[in-house]
Amino acid sequence: MPIAACGRRGSPWRFFTAEEARTLEAVCAQIIPEDQDAGAAGAGVVHYMEIQLTRCYKPLQKTYRRGIAQIDQESIDVAGKPFADLPAAQQLAVLHKVESNPELKPFFDLLVAHTMQGFYGDPRHGGNRDRVSWKMVGLPYPPLRGRLRYDFADLAKGELPWR
Amino acid sequence: MALKRANAVIVGAGAGGGIVAKELAEAGLSVVLLERGKWYSPFDCRKDDLRNQRTSPLGQAFGPDDERNPRVLVDPQGREHVVVASGPGYHNNAACVGGGTFSYGAMAWRYLEKDFRMRSTYGRLPGSTLEDWPVSYQDLEPYYEKAEWEIGVSGDVSGDPFHAPRRRALPMPPLPPNREYELLYPAAKRLGLHPFDIPMLRNSVPYNGRPACMRCRWCVGFACEVDAKCGTHNTVIPKALATKNCELRTECVVKEILTNEHGRVTGIAYFDAHDQLQQQDADIVVVSCGAIESARLLLNSKSRFFPDGLGNRHDWVGRNLQGHTYTGAFGLMPMDIYDDLGPGAGIAISDYNHGNPGLIGGAMLANEFIRLPIQFVSMIPPGLPRWGKAHKDFMRSAYRRAIAVQGPTQEMPMFDSRVQVDPVVKDHWGIPVARLSGDKHPHTIEVSTVMAGKAEAWIKEAGAIQTWKKLSGPGLSAGQHQAGTCRMGNDPTTSVVNRYCQVHDIDNLFVIDASVHVTNGGFNPVLTIMAMAYHASNHLVKQWKGSRFA
Repeated sequence: MPIAACGRRGSPWRFFTAEEARTLEAVCAQIIPEDQDAGAAGAGVVHYMEIQLTRCYKPLQKTYRRGIAQIDQESIDVAGKPFADLPAAQQLAVLHKVESNPELKPFFDLLVAHTMQGFYGDPRHGGNRDRVSWKMVGLPYPPLRGRLRYDFADLAKGELPWR
Repeated sequence: MALKRANAVIVGAGAGGGIVAKELAEAGLSVVLLERGKWYSPFDCRKDDLRNQRTSPLGQAFGPDDERNPRVLVDPQGREHVVVASGPGYHNNAACVGGGTFSYGAMAWRYLEKDFRMRSTYGRLPGSTLEDWPVSYQDLEPYYEKAEWEIGVSGDVSGDPFHAPRRRALPMPPLPPNREYELLYPAAKRLGLHPFDIPMLRNSVPYNGRPACMRCRWCVGFACEVDAKCGTHNTVIPKALATKNCELRTECVVKEILTNEHGRVTGIAYFDAHDQLQQQDADIVVVSCGAIESARLLLNSKSRFFPDGLGNRHDWVGRNLQGHTYTGAFGLMPMDIYDDLGPGAGIAISDYNHGNPGLIGGAMLANEFIRLPIQFVSMIPPGLPRWGKAHKDFMRSAYRRAIAVQGPTQEMPMFDSRVQVDPVVKDHWGIPVARLSGDKHPHTIEVSTVMAGKAEAWIKEAGAIQTWKKLSGPGLSAGQHQAGTCRMGNDPTTSVVNRYCQVHDIDNLFVIDASVHVTNGGFNPVLTIMAMAYHASNHLVKQWKGSRFA
């Protein structure tokens, strides 16, 4: 099988088209925006989503494809442009409309959940690049271990030095 | 080819089954211990915050797998959902050697005397099957002690005036406090409460040949990397195997319990790791699959003599499914308090387990296990957007200042909260799956709401500048604390097993797990499951007559 068949034509992504990825990255960038710390886009959240969509989220492939198209359609209806081409304020307005639309809300909720997983979850799954969210919240790295401040011998005798 | 007949076959190597295996094997019975999951070791600890038994968007680390084990959930509106183990509504308990004890948070509570006498203490509650247990705390006390010493418990309950009488202290001292504990302890004292160190099935000092807890942040939901957490997988099951009387077979899924024309059980049929159907004959069958799967197995074991399943003559199998309604409160301190000192939970009060005016029962309240960032995402105050700049700001500024207290409200059992077998959906092996339906009793929600208020008052006193409650809504409750589906009782028409976990009308069939719990206490249930397993095993061994069970 030619290698090109594994990916989408003209797309560096394994599942998304370049257009889909651009829209999704813009949506995720509103769910967790960049400020003094990287946001969802910089943390590789779309990469996380794509990896999972080829593994345990495989059953959600169609949901994603349809949902992304619907968000872009909503954006064109409201503002005349695809989502990624809108200025940030208008993107937010579109997402609030999406969130309050009973038909689109389930997909948006899914995106929020997956964005959080990709941003705050373990980097081994493709998101949280350089542990950016863990640095942001102040989670020590590497984790310290074996920090028992008291002597085993005292504890074994039943002495509780902190009392 | 027929397998060699055994004296006892035990289905499920969790908290209950592991202990029964060891007790019977040491008494000289030949035992086959079947487990549907795998046998993991401390080296299987991946510390993966998206794939563990607590937070599982990418799957359950220790089973069951999503592909082969669906269930059906009927929601309060009557809609049916096919659910998978890692998703919502499944009410999962781990499927592996050790069961839940392999990856649990490991709180090791003894229930209180009143927890066994809820009906006598509080009277009848309309809409609930609230009842007394046929055993008392005093009956179980020696077995609680045995569990504490053989499996291994650390902690110090001497500061708790409400604990039931005990003959012996815990074998290990508590772990030293973390920062949250240090704030909550004096606050509880100022409120006139009685804080103490949570008993935990976790080594605080080297014990049983295994090291002490290294206090990492991946505890509840994870395997213990240093094997300091004490479960049946690293205590009684190895002992059972060491007797040479016990054979453990993993990845074996039991299809049904077999019966003969005399109405006794003769063994089980199961699918082995290669999906081959096998038959294991035995003098005794012990069902220890957890409250949902135990009920499912009894209900799936239909025959001419037992058209509605085993133990189910009076339609009580699968009834009274219950768990715990967890409520509590979150708060933010003015300063950084995160000290990365696992397991996190360390301090508790049982001031509110009983004696709440106008309420039936209550809950133990404890500080919460370490919150990993992905878990903290949804622990937000009401009104805060769940996405966008405000949510990110909250995560950044609040994570290291957060404080949390919660507790398991004792639930009012409901006859119509139940496990059935689904008429349509089958698992990978063609066995009808569990069908869960029901709701919480309104009083359960009422009590849990009061408990959340108590938790909030406690963290306010500890200095939190902003607090909010975590409340519970309606919906079935079962989860890892699932219980009640094969109720223990003296009256065969209103219960499934007798006080020794023996099915009323089948003397060689036992159910030994939380299924037998009449009520589930306002505490994590595992030590009671263990104590009951010792209690039932003791009786079983005494009644065992040579090669036959009389």
